Amino acid sequence: MLKKRLIATLIVRNGIIVQSVGFRKYLPVGKPEIAVEFLNSWGIDEIVLLDITASNEKTGPNFAIMDNVTRSCFVPLTIGGGITSVGQIQRFLNLGADKVCINSAALEKPEFVTEAANVFGNQCIIVSIDVIGASVADYKVFDAYRGCAMRMGPIDWAREVESMGAGEIYLTSVNRDGSKAGYDLDLIEPVVQSVDIPVIASGGAGHPGHVLEVFKKTNASAVSAANFFHFSEHSVITTKALLRDAFHGIRLNTHADYEGCSFDPGYRLKKRSDDYLEDLLYERIEAEVI
Amino acid sequence: MERKVAIIDYGVGNVHSVSHALMFLGYRNVITRKHDDIRKAAALVLPGVGAFSQAVINLNDFCLTDVLNEEVIVKRKPIIGICLGMQVLGITSEESPGYKGLGWIAAEVNRFPHMHNLKVPHVGWNTVAVYHDSIFRNLEEEPHFYFDHSFYFNCSDLYAIAKCDYGFPFPAAIMQNNIVGVQFHPEKSQTNGLKLFRNIFRYFDI
Repeated sequence: MLKKRLIATLIVRNGIIVQSVGFRKYLPVGKPEIAVEFLNSWGIDEIVLLDITASNEKTGPNFAIMDNVTRSCFVPLTIGGGITSVGQIQRFLNLGADKVCINSAALEKPEFVTEAANVFGNQCIIVSIDVIGASVADYKVFDAYRGCAMRMGPIDWAREVESMGAGEIYLTSVNRDGSKAGYDLDLIEPVVQSVDIPVIASGGAGHPGHVLEVFKKTNASAVSAANFFHFSEHSVITTKALLRDAFHGIRLNTHADYEGCSFDPGYRLKKRSDDYLEDLLYERIEAEVI
Repeated sequence: MERKVAIIDYGVGNVHSVSHALMFLGYRNVITRKHDDIRKAAALVLPGVGAFSQAVINLNDFCLTDVLNEEVIVKRKPIIGICLGMQVLGITSEESPGYKGLGWIAAEVNRFPHMHNLKVPHVGWNTVAVYHDSIFRNLEEEPHFYFDHSFYFNCSDLYAIAKCDYGFPFPAAIMQNNIVGVQFHPEKSQTNGLKLFRNIFRYFDI
Protein backbone atom coordinates (compact mmCIF):
# COMPACT_ATOMS: atom_id res chain seq x y z
CA MET A 1 0.00 0.00 0.00
CA LEU A 2 1.25 3.45 -0.92
CA LYS A 3 1.84 5.43 2.27
CA LYS A 4 0.91 9.06 2.86
CA ARG A 5 4.01 11.20 3.04
CA LEU A 6 5.15 13.57 5.73
CA ILE A 7 7.42 16.20 4.20
CA ALA A 8 9.65 18.68 5.98
CA THR A 9 10.07 21.99 4.21
CA LEU A 10 13.14 23.99 5.03
CA ILE A 11 12.87 27.64 4.11
CA VAL A 12 16.33 29.04 3.50
CA ARG A 13 17.22 32.69 3.33
CA ASN A 14 20.80 33.88 2.84
CA GLY A 15 22.11 30.42 3.65
CA ILE A 16 20.28 29.80 6.92
CA ILE A 17 16.96 28.18 7.69
CA VAL A 18 14.26 30.61 8.72
CA GLN A 19 10.79 30.36 10.10
CA SER A 20 8.43 32.10 7.69
CA VAL A 21 5.28 33.87 8.83
CA GLY A 22 2.80 34.92 6.14
CA PHE A 23 5.59 35.29 3.53
CA ARG A 24 6.61 38.52 5.33
CA LYS A 25 8.41 37.87 8.61
CA TYR A 26 11.44 35.60 8.91
CA LEU A 27 13.02 34.30 12.09
CA PRO A 28 16.38 32.47 12.00
CA VAL A 29 16.48 28.77 12.94
CA GLY A 30 19.87 27.30 12.03
CA LYS A 31 22.08 25.62 9.47
CA PRO A 32 20.46 23.57 6.69
CA GLU A 33 22.92 20.66 6.92
CA ILE A 34 22.18 20.12 10.62
CA ALA A 35 18.43 20.16 10.07
CA VAL A 36 18.70 17.73 7.14
CA GLU A 37 20.80 15.33 9.20
CA PHE A 38 18.33 15.35 12.09
CA LEU A 39 15.23 15.05 9.92
CA ASN A 40 16.82 12.18 8.04
CA SER A 41 17.63 10.28 11.22
CA TRP A 42 14.10 10.91 12.52
CA GLY A 43 12.67 9.13 9.50
CA ILE A 44 11.11 12.00 7.54
CA ASP A 45 9.67 10.81 4.20
CA GLU A 46 10.97 13.68 2.08
CA ILE A 47 12.70 17.02 2.42
CA VAL A 48 11.94 20.15 0.42
CA LEU A 49 14.51 22.93 0.52
CA LEU A 50 13.14 26.26 -0.65
CA ASP A 51 15.63 29.06 -1.06
CA ILE A 52 13.61 32.26 -0.88
CA THR A 53 16.64 34.52 -1.26
CA ALA A 54 16.45 33.96 -5.00
CA SER A 55 12.90 35.27 -5.34
CA ASN A 56 13.18 37.96 -2.67
CA GLU A 57 16.42 39.49 -3.88
CA LYS A 58 15.67 38.69 -7.53
CA THR A 59 18.90 36.76 -8.01
CA GLY A 60 19.46 33.37 -9.64
CA PRO A 61 19.45 30.09 -7.71
CA ASN A 62 22.09 29.54 -5.06
CA PHE A 63 23.93 26.31 -5.85
CA ALA A 64 26.28 26.62 -2.86
CA ILE A 65 23.43 25.60 -0.60
CA MET A 66 23.79 22.00 -1.80
CA ASP A 67 27.39 21.67 -0.61
CA ASN A 68 26.76 20.11 2.75
CA VAL A 69 23.15 19.02 2.78
CA THR A 70 23.25 16.07 0.39
CA ARG A 71 25.91 14.06 2.20
CA SER A 72 23.61 13.02 5.02
CA CYS A 73 20.33 12.95 3.14
CA PHE A 74 19.07 9.45 2.33
CA VAL A 75 15.53 10.55 1.61
CA PRO A 76 14.29 12.36 -1.51
CA LEU A 77 15.40 15.97 -1.65
CA THR A 78 13.56 18.63 -3.63
CA ILE A 79 15.13 22.00 -4.34
CA GLY A 80 13.29 25.19 -5.17
CA GLY A 81 14.07 28.86 -5.49
CA GLY A 82 14.81 30.94 -8.55
CA ILE A 83 14.98 28.07 -11.06
CA THR A 84 14.34 29.30 -14.59
CA SER A 85 16.29 27.03 -16.95
CA VAL A 86 16.90 23.39 -17.83
CA GLY A 87 20.62 23.95 -17.27
CA GLN A 88 19.98 25.00 -13.67
CA ILE A 89 17.85 21.90 -13.05
CA GLN A 90 20.59 19.72 -14.49
CA ARG A 91 23.11 21.33 -12.16
CA PHE A 92 20.93 20.84 -9.06
CA LEU A 93 20.34 17.19 -9.96
CA ASN A 94 24.08 16.71 -10.44
CA LEU A 95 24.67 18.21 -7.00
CA GLY A 96 22.36 15.67 -5.37
CA ALA A 97 18.80 16.95 -5.70
CA ASP A 98 16.13 14.44 -6.75
CA LYS A 99 13.36 16.79 -7.81
CA VAL A 100 12.94 20.48 -8.37
CA CYS A 101 10.19 22.84 -7.38
CA ILE A 102 9.20 25.55 -9.85
CA ASN A 103 7.00 28.52 -9.02
CA SER A 104 7.62 31.95 -10.56
CA ALA A 105 9.12 30.54 -13.76
CA ALA A 106 5.93 28.55 -14.37
CA LEU A 107 3.77 31.65 -13.91
CA GLU A 108 5.97 33.65 -16.21
CA LYS A 109 6.44 31.00 -18.90
CA PRO A 110 4.21 27.92 -18.49
CA GLU A 111 5.91 26.15 -21.41
CA PHE A 112 9.05 25.95 -19.25
CA VAL A 113 7.28 23.20 -17.24
CA THR A 114 6.82 21.17 -20.44
CA GLU A 115 10.39 21.76 -21.52
CA ALA A 116 11.73 20.56 -18.15
CA ALA A 117 9.38 17.55 -17.98
CA ASN A 118 10.47 16.42 -21.44
CA VAL A 119 14.10 16.28 -20.35
CA PHE A 120 13.83 15.04 -16.77
CA GLY A 121 10.48 13.23 -16.80
CA ASN A 122 7.38 14.67 -15.13
CA GLN A 123 8.10 12.82 -11.85
CA CYS A 124 11.03 15.22 -11.38
CA ILE A 125 9.05 18.47 -11.71
CA ILE A 126 7.00 19.81 -8.82
CA VAL A 127 5.07 23.00 -9.45
CA SER A 128 4.51 25.10 -6.37
CA ILE A 129 1.25 27.05 -6.21
CA ASP A 130 0.86 29.76 -3.59
CA VAL A 131 -2.73 30.71 -2.92
CA ILE A 132 -3.92 33.87 -1.25
CA GLY A 133 -7.42 34.37 0.16
CA ALA A 134 -9.26 33.16 3.21
CA SER A 135 -12.34 31.56 1.67
CA VAL A 136 -13.45 29.59 -1.38
CA ALA A 137 -14.94 32.68 -3.03
CA ASP A 138 -11.72 34.65 -3.19
CA TYR A 139 -8.88 32.15 -3.62
CA LYS A 140 -6.36 33.53 -6.10
CA VAL A 141 -2.95 32.33 -7.20
CA PHE A 142 -0.27 34.49 -5.58
CA ASP A 143 2.88 35.53 -7.41
CA ALA A 144 5.49 35.72 -4.65
CA TYR A 145 8.16 37.02 -7.02
CA ARG A 146 6.16 40.12 -7.87
CA GLY A 147 4.29 40.17 -4.59
CA CYS A 148 0.81 40.34 -6.10
CA ALA A 149 -2.26 38.18 -6.60
CA MET A 150 -3.03 36.86 -10.08
CA ARG A 151 -6.45 36.83 -11.70
CA MET A 152 -6.78 33.06 -11.89
CA GLY A 153 -7.94 30.69 -9.20
CA PRO A 154 -5.95 27.70 -7.90
CA ILE A 155 -8.04 25.00 -9.64
CA ASP A 156 -7.61 26.43 -13.15
CA TRP A 157 -3.91 26.88 -12.58
CA ALA A 158 -3.49 23.37 -11.10
CA ARG A 159 -5.19 21.85 -14.16
CA GLU A 160 -3.05 23.90 -16.46
CA VAL A 161 0.28 22.94 -14.85
CA GLU A 162 -0.80 19.28 -14.89
CA SER A 163 -1.43 19.49 -18.62
CA MET A 164 1.93 21.24 -19.07
CA GLY A 165 3.69 18.23 -17.55
CA ALA A 166 4.00 18.85 -13.79
CA GLY A 167 4.43 15.65 -11.77
CA GLU A 168 3.23 16.99 -8.43
CA ILE A 169 1.65 20.12 -7.01
CA TYR A 170 2.96 21.77 -3.88
CA LEU A 171 -0.01 23.78 -2.63
CA THR A 172 0.55 26.51 -0.05
CA SER A 173 -2.00 28.73 1.63
CA VAL A 174 -0.33 32.10 2.10
CA ASN A 175 -2.92 33.14 4.67
CA ARG A 176 -2.20 30.09 6.81
CA ASP A 177 1.59 30.15 6.35
CA GLY A 178 3.21 30.35 9.78
CA SER A 179 -0.19 30.93 11.44
CA LYS A 180 -0.29 27.61 13.36
CA ALA A 181 -4.04 27.66 12.70
CA GLY A 182 -4.15 24.40 10.76
CA TYR A 183 -4.27 23.62 7.04
CA ASP A 184 -6.87 25.18 4.76
CA LEU A 185 -8.96 22.07 4.05
CA ASP A 186 -11.43 24.01 1.85
CA LEU A 187 -8.56 24.83 -0.47
CA ILE A 188 -6.84 21.43 -0.50
CA GLU A 189 -9.62 18.98 -1.37
CA PRO A 190 -11.02 20.78 -4.46
CA VAL A 191 -7.51 21.04 -5.92
CA VAL A 192 -6.81 17.35 -5.20
CA GLN A 193 -10.07 16.40 -6.92
CA SER A 194 -9.38 18.52 -9.98
CA VAL A 195 -6.07 16.86 -10.96
CA ASP A 196 -4.71 13.33 -11.43
CA ILE A 197 -1.24 14.09 -10.07
CA PRO A 198 -0.29 14.00 -6.36
CA VAL A 199 -0.90 17.13 -4.27
CA ILE A 200 1.25 18.16 -1.32
CA ALA A 201 -0.58 20.33 1.23
CA SER A 202 1.35 23.08 2.94
CA GLY A 203 0.85 26.07 5.21
CA GLY A 204 -0.54 26.29 8.72
CA ALA A 205 0.71 23.35 10.79
CA GLY A 206 0.81 24.21 14.46
CA HIS A 207 0.77 20.71 15.96
CA PRO A 208 0.61 17.07 14.78
CA GLY A 209 -3.19 17.08 15.03
CA HIS A 210 -3.37 19.43 12.04
CA VAL A 211 -1.50 16.91 9.89
CA LEU A 212 -3.86 14.16 10.97
CA GLU A 213 -6.82 16.36 10.04
CA VAL A 214 -5.55 16.72 6.44
CA PHE A 215 -5.13 12.96 5.99
CA LYS A 216 -8.52 12.22 7.51
CA LYS A 217 -10.53 14.85 5.65
CA THR A 218 -8.82 15.21 2.28
CA ASN A 219 -7.15 12.98 -0.32
CA ALA A 220 -3.87 14.90 -0.37
CA SER A 221 -0.93 12.55 -1.05
CA ALA A 222 1.41 14.33 1.30
CA VAL A 223 1.51 16.98 3.98
CA SER A 224 4.35 19.39 4.39
CA ALA A 225 5.25 21.25 7.54
CA ALA A 226 8.12 23.55 8.27
CA ASN A 227 8.25 25.42 11.50
CA PHE A 228 6.90 22.94 13.99
CA PHE A 229 9.51 20.26 13.21
CA HIS A 230 12.34 22.52 14.32
CA PHE A 231 11.56 23.10 17.92
CA SER A 232 11.14 19.72 19.58
CA GLU A 233 13.17 16.55 19.78
CA HIS A 234 11.96 13.60 17.63
CA SER A 235 9.16 15.84 16.27
CA VAL A 236 8.88 13.75 13.10
CA ILE A 237 8.67 10.43 14.93
CA THR A 238 6.08 11.63 17.44
CA THR A 239 3.96 13.10 14.64
CA LYS A 240 4.15 9.80 12.79
CA ALA A 241 3.34 7.86 15.95
CA LEU A 242 0.13 9.88 16.28
CA LEU A 243 -0.71 9.33 12.61
CA ARG A 244 0.04 5.61 12.82
CA ASP A 245 -2.30 5.10 15.76
CA ALA A 246 -5.14 7.16 14.31
CA PHE A 247 -4.90 6.37 10.67
CA HIS A 248 -2.37 3.63 9.75
CA GLY A 249 -1.25 4.56 6.23
CA ILE A 250 2.09 5.95 7.31
CA ARG A 251 5.67 4.70 7.24
CA LEU A 252 7.38 4.52 10.62
CA ASN A 253 10.41 2.32 10.94
CA THR A 254 12.92 4.25 13.00
CA HIS A 255 14.38 2.42 15.98
CA ALA A 256 12.46 4.62 18.40
CA ASP A 257 8.83 4.31 17.36
CA TYR A 258 6.89 5.49 20.44
CA GLU A 259 4.82 2.33 20.36
CA GLY A 260 2.21 2.39 23.11
CA CYS A 261 2.63 6.09 23.86
CA SER A 262 -0.29 8.46 24.26
CA PHE A 263 -0.90 12.11 23.55
CA ASP A 264 -2.57 14.88 25.53
CA PRO A 265 -5.37 16.98 23.98
CA GLY A 266 -2.78 19.49 22.72
CA TYR A 267 -1.08 16.60 20.83
CA ARG A 268 1.96 16.61 23.07
CA LEU A 269 3.47 13.29 23.99
CA LYS A 270 2.47 12.17 27.50
CA LYS A 271 5.15 11.06 29.91
CA ARG A 272 5.43 7.29 30.38
CA SER A 273 4.96 5.76 33.80
CA ASP A 274 7.91 5.88 36.20
CA ASP A 275 8.06 2.07 36.33
CA TYR A 276 8.39 1.83 32.57
CA LEU A 277 11.14 4.45 32.48
CA GLU A 278 12.97 2.73 35.35
CA ASP A 279 12.94 -0.57 33.42
CA LEU A 280 14.31 1.18 30.33
CA LEU A 281 17.38 2.22 32.33
CA TYR A 282 18.59 -1.36 32.46
CA GLU A 283 17.65 -2.41 28.95
CA ARG A 284 20.57 -2.73 26.59
CA ILE A 285 19.84 -1.40 23.12
CA GLU A 286 22.25 -2.50 20.39
CA ALA A 287 23.00 0.02 17.67
CA GLU A 288 21.86 -1.23 14.28
CA VAL A 289 24.65 -2.04 11.84
CA ILE A 290 23.71 -1.77 8.19
CA MET B 1 44.51 -2.62 -5.90
CA GLU B 2 41.09 -2.31 -4.37
CA ARG B 3 38.47 -2.26 -7.10
CA LYS B 4 35.80 0.37 -7.22
CA VAL B 5 32.15 0.55 -8.07
CA ALA B 6 31.58 2.66 -11.18
CA ILE B 7 28.50 4.88 -11.13
CA ILE B 8 27.76 5.59 -14.75
CA ASP B 9 27.33 9.27 -15.47
CA TYR B 10 25.28 9.51 -18.64
CA GLY B 11 23.64 12.84 -17.95
CA VAL B 12 20.27 11.66 -16.65
CA GLY B 13 21.14 10.25 -13.24
CA ASN B 14 21.18 11.51 -9.67
CA VAL B 15 24.76 10.23 -9.55
CA HIS B 16 25.77 12.07 -6.39
CA SER B 17 22.92 10.69 -4.30
CA VAL B 18 23.99 7.18 -5.27
CA SER B 19 27.62 8.00 -4.60
CA HIS B 20 26.82 9.35 -1.11
CA ALA B 21 24.91 6.21 -0.23
CA LEU B 22 27.77 3.95 -1.36
CA MET B 23 30.28 6.13 0.46
CA PHE B 24 28.22 5.88 3.64
CA LEU B 25 28.45 2.09 3.34
CA GLY B 26 32.21 2.29 2.72
CA TYR B 27 32.31 1.29 -0.96
CA ARG B 28 34.88 3.18 -2.98
CA ASN B 29 33.19 4.52 -6.04
CA VAL B 30 33.78 6.71 -9.03
CA ILE B 31 31.28 8.75 -11.04
CA THR B 32 32.35 8.25 -14.60
CA ARG B 33 31.64 7.80 -18.27
CA LYS B 34 35.20 6.74 -19.17
CA HIS B 35 35.47 3.31 -20.75
CA ASP B 36 38.62 2.59 -18.82
CA ASP B 37 36.94 3.15 -15.43
CA ILE B 38 33.99 1.00 -16.48
CA ARG B 39 36.32 -1.83 -17.55
CA LYS B 40 38.29 -1.69 -14.30
CA ALA B 41 35.28 -1.49 -11.98
CA ALA B 42 34.16 -4.41 -9.84
CA ALA B 43 30.51 -3.55 -10.36
CA LEU B 44 28.42 -0.96 -12.17
CA VAL B 45 25.51 1.19 -11.12
CA LEU B 46 23.25 2.73 -13.75
CA PRO B 47 21.19 5.40 -12.00
CA GLY B 48 18.47 7.33 -13.76
CA VAL B 49 16.08 10.22 -13.36
CA GLY B 50 14.55 11.47 -16.57
CA ALA B 51 12.92 10.49 -19.80
CA PHE B 52 13.58 7.21 -21.63
CA SER B 53 14.50 8.86 -24.95
CA GLN B 54 17.07 11.14 -23.30
CA ALA B 55 18.66 8.15 -21.55
CA VAL B 56 18.95 6.19 -24.83
CA ILE B 57 20.29 9.20 -26.73
CA ASN B 58 22.90 9.87 -24.06
CA LEU B 59 24.04 6.24 -23.84
CA ASN B 60 24.68 6.37 -27.59
CA ASP B 61 26.19 9.87 -27.62
CA PHE B 62 28.68 8.94 -24.91
CA CYS B 63 29.43 5.66 -26.76
CA LEU B 64 28.53 3.63 -23.69
CA THR B 65 26.35 0.94 -25.27
CA ASP B 66 29.18 -1.19 -26.65
CA VAL B 67 31.35 -1.07 -23.56
CA LEU B 68 28.36 -1.92 -21.36
CA ASN B 69 27.39 -4.84 -23.58
CA GLU B 70 30.89 -6.18 -23.38
CA GLU B 71 31.26 -5.82 -19.60
CA VAL B 72 27.79 -6.93 -18.61
CA ILE B 73 26.83 -9.52 -21.22
CA VAL B 74 30.20 -10.95 -22.20
CA LYS B 75 32.15 -10.57 -18.96
CA ARG B 76 29.14 -10.88 -16.66
CA LYS B 77 30.03 -7.91 -14.48
CA PRO B 78 27.30 -7.14 -11.88
CA ILE B 79 25.18 -4.09 -12.70
CA ILE B 80 22.38 -2.41 -10.79
CA GLY B 81 19.93 -0.30 -12.78
CA ILE B 82 17.92 2.17 -10.71
CA CYS B 83 14.51 3.56 -11.78
CA LEU B 84 15.06 4.84 -15.34
CA GLY B 85 18.34 2.90 -15.23
CA MET B 86 16.23 -0.24 -14.77
CA GLN B 87 13.82 0.72 -17.52
CA VAL B 88 16.61 1.09 -20.11
CA LEU B 89 17.53 -2.56 -19.43
CA GLY B 90 14.34 -3.38 -21.33
CA ILE B 91 13.67 -3.23 -25.05
CA THR B 92 11.21 -0.40 -25.68
CA SER B 93 9.21 2.19 -23.79
CA GLU B 94 5.79 3.63 -24.34
CA GLU B 95 7.28 6.94 -23.12
CA SER B 96 9.48 7.25 -26.21
CA PRO B 97 8.31 5.13 -29.16
CA GLY B 98 11.09 4.41 -31.63
CA TYR B 99 13.87 4.45 -29.05
CA LYS B 100 15.57 1.14 -28.23
CA GLY B 101 16.84 0.36 -24.74
CA LEU B 102 19.79 -1.91 -23.96
CA GLY B 103 17.51 -4.91 -24.50
CA TRP B 104 19.13 -7.17 -21.89
CA ILE B 105 15.82 -8.14 -20.33
CA ALA B 106 12.78 -9.03 -22.40
CA ALA B 107 10.57 -6.22 -21.19
CA GLU B 108 8.47 -3.38 -22.43
CA VAL B 109 8.08 -0.21 -20.37
CA ASN B 110 4.44 0.84 -20.09
CA ARG B 111 2.64 3.85 -18.70
CA PHE B 112 0.39 3.38 -15.68
CA PRO B 113 -3.18 3.35 -16.97
CA HIS B 114 -5.75 5.79 -15.54
CA MET B 115 -7.08 4.19 -12.41
CA HIS B 116 -9.78 5.38 -10.10
CA ASN B 117 -8.38 7.40 -7.21
CA LEU B 118 -4.78 6.50 -7.98
CA LYS B 119 -2.54 9.39 -8.84
CA VAL B 120 0.14 9.10 -11.51
CA PRO B 121 3.15 9.49 -11.10
CA HIS B 122 3.35 6.82 -8.41
CA VAL B 123 5.24 8.85 -5.81
CA GLY B 124 6.11 7.89 -2.29
CA TRP B 125 6.84 5.00 0.04
CA ASN B 126 5.25 1.73 -0.92
CA THR B 127 5.65 -1.77 0.44
CA VAL B 128 6.96 -4.59 -1.72
CA ALA B 129 6.45 -8.34 -1.59
CA VAL B 130 9.84 -10.01 -1.88
CA TYR B 131 10.84 -13.27 -3.60
CA HIS B 132 14.59 -13.34 -3.06
CA ASP B 133 16.01 -14.05 0.40
CA SER B 134 19.61 -12.89 0.04
CA ILE B 135 18.89 -9.64 -1.78
CA PHE B 136 16.24 -8.68 0.80
CA ARG B 137 18.10 -10.00 3.85
CA ASN B 138 17.72 -8.18 7.17
CA LEU B 139 14.62 -6.30 6.08
CA GLU B 140 11.11 -6.52 7.42
CA GLU B 141 8.65 -8.89 5.76
CA GLU B 142 7.15 -6.25 3.49
CA PRO B 143 9.78 -3.52 3.37
CA HIS B 144 9.11 0.09 2.30
CA PHE B 145 10.97 1.73 -0.53
CA TYR B 146 10.68 5.13 -2.20
CA PHE B 147 9.15 5.12 -5.69
CA ASP B 148 8.82 8.00 -8.13
CA HIS B 149 7.76 6.99 -11.64
CA SER B 150 4.97 7.18 -14.24
CA PHE B 151 6.04 4.09 -16.20
CA TYR B 152 6.55 0.51 -15.07
CA PHE B 153 8.71 -2.38 -16.22
CA ASN B 154 6.45 -4.93 -17.87
CA CYS B 155 8.29 -8.26 -17.89
CA SER B 156 7.78 -11.94 -17.19
CA ASP B 157 7.42 -13.00 -13.56
CA LEU B 158 10.56 -15.08 -14.07
CA TYR B 159 12.69 -12.00 -13.57
CA ALA B 160 10.77 -10.35 -10.71
CA ILE B 161 12.44 -10.65 -7.31
CA ALA B 162 10.06 -8.14 -5.70
CA LYS B 163 6.64 -6.85 -6.61
CA CYS B 164 4.82 -3.70 -5.68
CA ASP B 165 1.09 -3.15 -5.86
CA TYR B 166 -0.28 0.09 -7.32
CA GLY B 167 -3.68 -0.74 -8.73
CA PHE B 168 -2.12 -4.01 -9.93
CA PRO B 169 1.12 -5.84 -9.11
CA PHE B 170 4.17 -4.78 -11.11
CA PRO B 171 7.89 -5.71 -10.81
CA ALA B 172 9.62 -3.56 -8.18
CA ALA B 173 12.92 -5.38 -8.57
CA ILE B 174 14.21 -7.79 -11.19
CA MET B 175 17.24 -10.00 -11.54
CA GLN B 176 18.75 -12.13 -14.26
CA ASN B 177 22.20 -13.56 -13.50
CA ASN B 178 24.47 -10.53 -13.00
CA ILE B 179 21.82 -7.94 -13.89
CA VAL B 180 19.73 -6.36 -11.15
CA GLY B 181 17.14 -3.64 -11.66
CA VAL B 182 15.14 -1.75 -9.05
CA GLN B 183 12.22 0.51 -9.87
CA PHE B 184 12.43 2.29 -6.50
CA HIS B 185 15.32 4.47 -5.32
CA PRO B 186 17.44 2.59 -2.76
CA GLU B 187 19.70 5.64 -2.41
CA LYS B 188 16.63 7.53 -1.18
CA SER B 189 14.97 4.78 0.85
CA GLN B 190 16.80 5.43 4.10
CA THR B 191 17.97 2.42 6.11
CA ASN B 192 16.10 -0.08 3.91
CA GLY B 193 17.79 1.22 0.79
CA LEU B 194 21.25 1.15 2.35
CA LYS B 195 20.67 -2.42 3.52
CA LEU B 196 19.58 -3.39 0.02
CA PHE B 197 22.77 -1.98 -1.53
CA ARG B 198 24.79 -3.89 1.06
CA ASN B 199 22.90 -7.13 0.30
CA ILE B 200 23.32 -6.82 -3.46
CA PHE B 201 27.05 -6.16 -3.25
CA ARG B 202 27.47 -9.02 -0.78
CA TYR B 203 25.56 -11.34 -3.05
CA PHE B 204 28.06 -10.60 -5.82
CA ASP B 205 31.03 -10.83 -3.42
CA ILE B 206 32.09 -7.21 -3.73
